[in-house]
Amino acid sequence: MATETLNPPSGLRSKLRMEHVSMVFDRDGKSMPVLDDINLDVSDGEFLALVGPSGCGKSTLLNLTGGFLSPTHGSITIDGQAVHGPDPRRILVFQERGVFPWLTVEGNIGFGLSKLSRAEREERIAHYVQMVRLQGFERTYPSDLSGGMKQRLQVARALAVNPDILYLDEPFGALDSVTRLIMRGELLRIWQTERRTIIFVTHDIDEAVQLADRVVVLSSRPAKIEAILTIDIAHPRNISSRRYLELRDELLSKIGLAYTV
Amino acid sequence: MNSLAKPGGWEKFFWPLLAAGLLLAVWYYSVVWTATKVFPSPLSVEKGLAGLLHKHVLWADIGDSLRRVALGFGTAAVVGIPLGLTMGWYPAVNQVLNPVLQFLRPISPIAWIPVAIVFFGVGDRPAVFLIFLSAFFPILVACASGVSNVPAIFRRAGRNFGLSSAQILTRVVFPAAVPQILIGLRIALGVAWLVVVAAEMIAVDSGLGYLVIDSRNSGKRYDLVVAAMLVIGLIGLVLDLGFRWLEKIRSVRWGFPHES
Repeated sequence: MATETLNPPSGLRSKLRMEHVSMVFDRDGKSMPVLDDINLDVSDGEFLALVGPSGCGKSTLLNLTGGFLSPTHGSITIDGQAVHGPDPRRILVFQERGVFPWLTVEGNIGFGLSKLSRAEREERIAHYVQMVRLQGFERTYPSDLSGGMKQRLQVARALAVNPDILYLDEPFGALDSVTRLIMRGELLRIWQTERRTIIFVTHDIDEAVQLADRVVVLSSRPAKIEAILTIDIAHPRNISSRRYLELRDELLSKIGLAYTV
Repeated sequence: MNSLAKPGGWEKFFWPLLAAGLLLAVWYYSVVWTATKVFPSPLSVEKGLAGLLHKHVLWADIGDSLRRVALGFGTAAVVGIPLGLTMGWYPAVNQVLNPVLQFLRPISPIAWIPVAIVFFGVGDRPAVFLIFLSAFFPILVACASGVSNVPAIFRRAGRNFGLSSAQILTRVVFPAAVPQILIGLRIALGVAWLVVVAAEMIAVDSGLGYLVIDSRNSGKRYDLVVAAMLVIGLIGLVLDLGFRWLEKIRSVRWGFPHES
């Protein structure tokens, strides 16, 4: 099973490749292995979800692929080039605290666009304000926005610099359940229009099955890839269909396995 | 009026005015009942104040005090803000300088008076030096901790968008630290206004502090002493309100608790 599921869905170009990636942290002189021999291929334009027990190293994996950390062993390549440090071509989206509170909605979206001409920048800002439906809030500061609006703003700020890959680290984790549902729909709509590669860390099984092309299940620390599940349901997904429930149960049992020692 | 309700409308002004009026009444009747010859009643303070205004000495003294505070506080801000930012930004600089600064910080500016006179003689300069000292440490500490408390998430976002170190400092760390820096400046200005009075009791012959000590020494004019105290309090209040007004600027308001 392993070798088969490691490959991206057929016919798609590989975007991001992790080969034998291991990560060992040094905590108070003791070495703490966090990731153990991760092998993964993510194809161009794919929506990949990472699930696993909390503290298992999901965020570490994102930080490695984002270039904020270097792996202890193994290699991470994007478009065949090794990852060295953070890069505007791949943007990490955090929980809602990530927007800059001293800038307006416009200022946040334009943050990464200082190299563009004024006209281009304004055009780009207007485009993404519209995409994340924040029209009328251009001059508003984040402290006056709701949690969901802040998160849409952060996604807009990321998309505005035209990245190839978006890394989302539990982006809806701090939102209430109704807002989360709406945000999932918004993210899918944006993904379908923009077709960026998305790697999405979540601890929410439903979120993973509703959004992703494939779901990667990590084991507890040191994390290994426990299973990779392909969600073969077309969007928009009927969340009471038999196939959906089957996949959801399968994922739950995989997680259950992952939780056992 | 229960404890949860905020006073609104006329009550917003009525109760504070009543409190002030009661205080004045207590003051007035205490003076009358004790028949003191030394301490002035509110009425004689008011007369003394009118006299000071009439002779134009009050405005000159206010101007001198404000000038010394502006010079001392301004120098402290010009030196303290960049140094504090550097200390917050480079942990190594902080490690080297912090012990010395933490040692100097608890020494009251008043204790520096003899040293200030040795260094700068008499006149404006020792007074300005004392005000500088009193304002410098709060500004320095606020800037250093403001910078080092900037959430890592903001710096990482800055790096992610391809900013250089210098750009991260100017476009991320500084704006994120501005609310804390403003708080430091406000505290420093308050301390500077406290210290100018003490500084003017030595080494100079003008300013509100001099007015206080001179009124006492030349003829025990306690009406003028109290009048000068009231003016000092009023100006201190105005300076503080000015800074609070700065906190309402939109790009820094997020850093302060405010009514939504």
